[in-house]
Order: sequence, then structure tokens, then C-alpha cells
Amino acid sequence: MSSISYHLAAVAVMAAVTYLIRALPFAFFRRPIASRFLRSFLYYIPYAVLTAMTIPAVFTSAGSPLSAAAGFAVALVLAYMRLPLIAVASAAAAAAFLVSFFG
Amino acid sequence: MKSDLLRGARHGIPIALGYLSVSFGFGILAVREGLALWEAVLISAACVTSAGQVAGVTLLAAGGGLWELALVQLTVNLRYALMSLSLSQKLDDRFTLPRRLAAAFGITDEIFAVCAAQPGRIAPAYMAGMIAVSVAGWVGGTALGGMAGALLPTRVTDALGILLYGMFVAIVVPPARRERGVRLAALAAAGVSLLLTLAVPALSGSLSVIIAAVAAAALAAVLFPLPAEKEEDA
Repeated sequence: MSSISYHLAAVAVMAAVTYLIRALPFAFFRRPIASRFLRSFLYYIPYAVLTAMTIPAVFTSAGSPLSAAAGFAVALVLAYMRLPLIAVASAAAAAAFLVSFFG
Repeated sequence: MKSDLLRGARHGIPIALGYLSVSFGFGILAVREGLALWEAVLISAACVTSAGQVAGVTLLAAGGGLWELALVQLTVNLRYALMSLSLSQKLDDRFTLPRRLAAAFGITDEIFAVCAAQPGRIAPAYMAGMIAVSVAGWVGGTALGGMAGALLPTRVTDALGILLYGMFVAIVVPPARRERGVRLAALAAAGVSLLLTLAVPALSGSLSVIIAAVAAAALAAVLFPLPAEKEEDA
């Protein structure tokens, strides 16, 4: 498979799976989920996914590990202080940028 | 009908502004992973999902198989099923099946949150307006980020690579501070993910994300199940 057709097939798979996840319950299910375990699992899965995606990948996301660690630390502190999403993300990038002059 | 459309569009503006910065980060990441600008824009227009797109592009750059890609999207985006389910109970009777199928395309974390917070039932035009404005911000930000990635100095784009992870941290930490279940799910996911990456280097990054997330969420669901009767709308 050529690179372009592989990429197009990959995008089609991503879009189709994502759409079906949204559309099937939205269009056809009319009753709430009964299983308490399943409801709890679905409630926790986004947080687990986002954390597993962040650790350890964040440490290779910003040039040097030192820059990334600084940005990650700043993000943790500001998020703990409940600052808005944009503020947390931009401050993390700013910290990574500043530290890159020392690393 | 028309006022619903405008009201939805207006409510979509803050969402679109937030998306601009996040999708800017995605555009940079995608181009850095070797995708063409048009491919990054196509992915944003077709998927409209931050975490799913990051996971997908990372896997795509590594040449992952299509089945693996589908499995990753299923896990990372499973939360939309719950949001769709919850939102489907709130639609007014103008929501015919074709309209439901069209609006389902735009159910994101933020659009769900704003729609769920609306008093009363939701009109199709309201959702259409909100989705149009938000998706424009999402796709536009991706294009800007993809272009900037090629123009800005490496030191800057390197630092901007952390934007999306900063957003993930901002989403997880506040509820983790508040709820023991979320805290456990996050800590367990971080631990398992780190362990798998270090101990099993042959395992692809996205597979270790799936394993870590499913294990951590199941553990949290067993130890801290949601209250039995409460309608959960996360």
C-alpha cells in the first residue's frame, strides 16, 4: 500500500469508528444503561485514557526531557489550582520554551 | 428556527476559541509526525476529537495496522457513547432520525457539556449552529498550527508540542482532586502505562494506552462505583 492510500485508509477508519461510537447511541438507544459497573467504567475511562496518553509520552513531547518535565510540572500545578484549560496549556508550553534555553 | 441556529452559533464561539489553541497544537504535532498539511486538516474535519486524533496520528506515523487504529479509536473515544446516550434523552421532537445521524458527528466533550447544561429540550438548529462554529475553530486551528509548524523555529514548535498534554492535564486534575475514583483511575493508568512502556518496549504506545486505561477504569469502577440511582452525565 502506498503512503497516501495507507493514510487515507487510516483516516477513513478513524472517522468511521469515531462516528459510529457517537451515532449509534445518539440515534437508536433510548434507555439509560442499567449496569452499574458499565456506567462507572464509562465514567472513568476518559480520565484513564487521557492520563495513559500523557504518561510517559509527555516527556518526549517538547524537545528535551528537561523542558517537557518543566512544562508538565507547571501544568500539574496550574490545573490543581483549577485554572482554565487554555491557561494551563499555554503556561506549560511557555515553561517548556523557557527551560529549553538551559537544557 | 432561525433564532435557535443563532443562539447555538453564539454558544459555540467560546468553544471554537478554546479549540483554536488545542487544534493548533494538533496541527503542529501532525506535521511534525510527517503528515501533509491537507492530511492533518482532513483528519480534524473528519474526526473532531482531540485525544483520538493525537492517538491516531501517533499510531499512523508508526505505521500501525488498521485494526489497531480502530481499536485505539474505540477505546479513546468510548466516552462519546455515554455522552450521546445521555444527550439522546434531551432532544426535542424535531430531531428526526436523519437529523440525529447528522448531529451525532459533532458530539464532543465541550459541545456535550454546553448542550447538557441547557434548560429544557434541544432543537436541531441549536446543535447545528454550535457544531458549525466549533468545527470551524477546530479545523481552522489545525490548518494554522500545521502551517506555523513549518515556519516557526524548532525551539518554539518543540515547546508547543506540549500544548495538548497540558490540556489533558487540565481536564484530569480538577476532578481527580475532587473524587477518589477519578484519582485512582488516573494514578493507576499512569502507573500501568509507565510500567508497560519500560518493561515491554516491543508493545506499541497505543496498545499500552488501551491496556492501561481499561485496567485502571475497571479497577476504579469496582472500588468506587457510581451511586446506583444517580443519572450520570459525564
